Amino acid sequence: MKRTFTYKLNIFLFLLPALILFIGILIAPIIMSAYYSFHEFNLVANTDMEYVGLNNYRILFSSMLTNPNTGKLYANSMYLGDALAHSLILAALSTFIQLPLALIIALKLSKGIRGERAYLSIFFMPVLISTVIIGRLWMNIYDPGQAGLLNAGLRALGIDKWLFPAITSRITSSKLPFTGQWTGFRETALLAAFIPILWQYVGYHMLLMYAGIKGVPADLLEAAQLDGCTEGQVNRFIIIPYIKPILKVCVIFAVTGSLKSFDLIYALMKDTSRAELPSTLMYKLLFLHQRYGLGSTVAVILIVLCFLFAMLISLAFRDKGAKVA
Amino acid sequence: MREVRKFKPSNIIVHILLLILVLINLFPLYWMVTFSLKNNDEILGYSYVDEATGERVLVPPNHVGLPQHWEWGNYNKAMNTGNMGQYFINSLAVSTSVIAITVIASFMATYALTRMVWKGRKMMNKFFMLGLTIPIHAAIVPVFTILSKMKLLNTYAALIVPYAAFSLSMGILISIGFMGDIPYDLDEAAFLDGCGVWKIFFRVIAPLMMPAIATVGIYTFLQCWNELLFATIFVSSGKYRTLPVGVQQLFGQYTTDWGPIGAALTIATLPTMIVYILLSKRIQDSFIAGAVKG
Repeated sequence: MKRTFTYKLNIFLFLLPALILFIGILIAPIIMSAYYSFHEFNLVANTDMEYVGLNNYRILFSSMLTNPNTGKLYANSMYLGDALAHSLILAALSTFIQLPLALIIALKLSKGIRGERAYLSIFFMPVLISTVIIGRLWMNIYDPGQAGLLNAGLRALGIDKWLFPAITSRITSSKLPFTGQWTGFRETALLAAFIPILWQYVGYHMLLMYAGIKGVPADLLEAAQLDGCTEGQVNRFIIIPYIKPILKVCVIFAVTGSLKSFDLIYALMKDTSRAELPSTLMYKLLFLHQRYGLGSTVAVILIVLCFLFAMLISLAFRDKGAKVA
Repeated sequence: MREVRKFKPSNIIVHILLLILVLINLFPLYWMVTFSLKNNDEILGYSYVDEATGERVLVPPNHVGLPQHWEWGNYNKAMNTGNMGQYFINSLAVSTSVIAITVIASFMATYALTRMVWKGRKMMNKFFMLGLTIPIHAAIVPVFTILSKMKLLNTYAALIVPYAAFSLSMGILISIGFMGDIPYDLDEAAFLDGCGVWKIFFRVIAPLMMPAIATVGIYTFLQCWNELLFATIFVSSGKYRTLPVGVQQLFGQYTTDWGPIGAALTIATLPTMIVYILLSKRIQDSFIAGAVKG
């Protein structure tokens, strides 16, 4: 009797540090955030919590976000619908441009090309650089003045002469002409944010896929070659089905990463409203406008969406796997 | 097979495409390092009046070339005015503490989850794995409230504790893989020799988990070294500010002075790059371990 008790106590003690951290910082705050999302309060002014029911959710989805002091809409309209749309566009771009690109490079590299390790290491390198630094660096690359690298390149090649007017004609959000302010217009800001994301993370997905392809049993590939399969057929019917679990992880990372993305936009643009994402909207609500209830509501919506998408993607991959088998 | 491949013309095209990608990958970094060593005249271009002819001569910016005058003073500015040295030390202090806590907590939890027999350990494992999907945004307002009530805002602990908590799931996930490779015979032998669970853990298991420390450590290090959101919100005083926030603060300080910005970016990037050059295989392996088992 005493022994089983000591044994159980030991199990508990071994789990204790992890449980304290995990429950204290992850689980309890989720519950608290959910509670906060039904309230409005101000931490700085130390006001009491006011129960507002589902009002926060209603406000966020109705673009009726007004400043309580003036009763008017905030200067830069803050609408969660736009922010969610932006992050879904980023998710789609990541999934349908970044991942196929990563897969193509991984397939080529894993077939024993000369210097594959060197290529791999170089492509993976940007993953290790802080996203803030990348954002700040790309802000300089996009600089609309004399020093900006991108515009200097376009000018040197003479592309700006037809590209800039073409972009100007498609801009409806402003009457200003486009002269290379890539992060300055609603129409270009999101794409300008996607390029550094692509630049940074394509190597990450490539590395995971490369590792997966290297794990495909050699006899499987040899058998296919003996049967006269072309390279394309081997890729399509053997390698890609085999690395499906890794592709699933990549899609989940790309999609949830886009939903959570904050650092890059925050570092890339002085005014994030042109490419507002849920997390930058949350940051503004919390620390610019002291709307803690509304900010918590955005957090809750983000948590739900992350789990929802992770589940949906897992389901999608499971179904297809079953059909192949 | 290899010889046949070498002379395939299609491989030359593949190499050319790969080299273009290498260029795209490296050029922004080369550009960052070179503009960190230039002065504003070279970066922005300038004009002067030629005394002999009296005409205004325009000198275009030097975008691609190496600096004509190497402005090492930019690094002085970034270190002194930009305070990058202090932020560097702060980041290092926070990261190493987080690694220590994460390694200890996740090794202990993994031991209970894999080596000890009890009902509900599978459920507990799944519970910890929730952390892989929970976004850090979930914690911001509540943790901010708790930290401010405990007067812990603007301390190292304000970052160390949340970072450790959010590194835990990945730590446990990686540790489970490593601990599974340690044969159970060792536990049994130690048990027969009269060792209790704690002794088995500290004397037998922990010493064999050294490779896991590297993998968990690398993964954890990069997560907290680069983290911005918590670091911006939970720490506002410059005394405890970490590198990413320091870089972000450069917005206000020298918006027109490009050189020091480039220097600050380079200072913040260089250490990870050096570590990567030394340990590239290990670092890649820890990312693979983190993703493949997830």
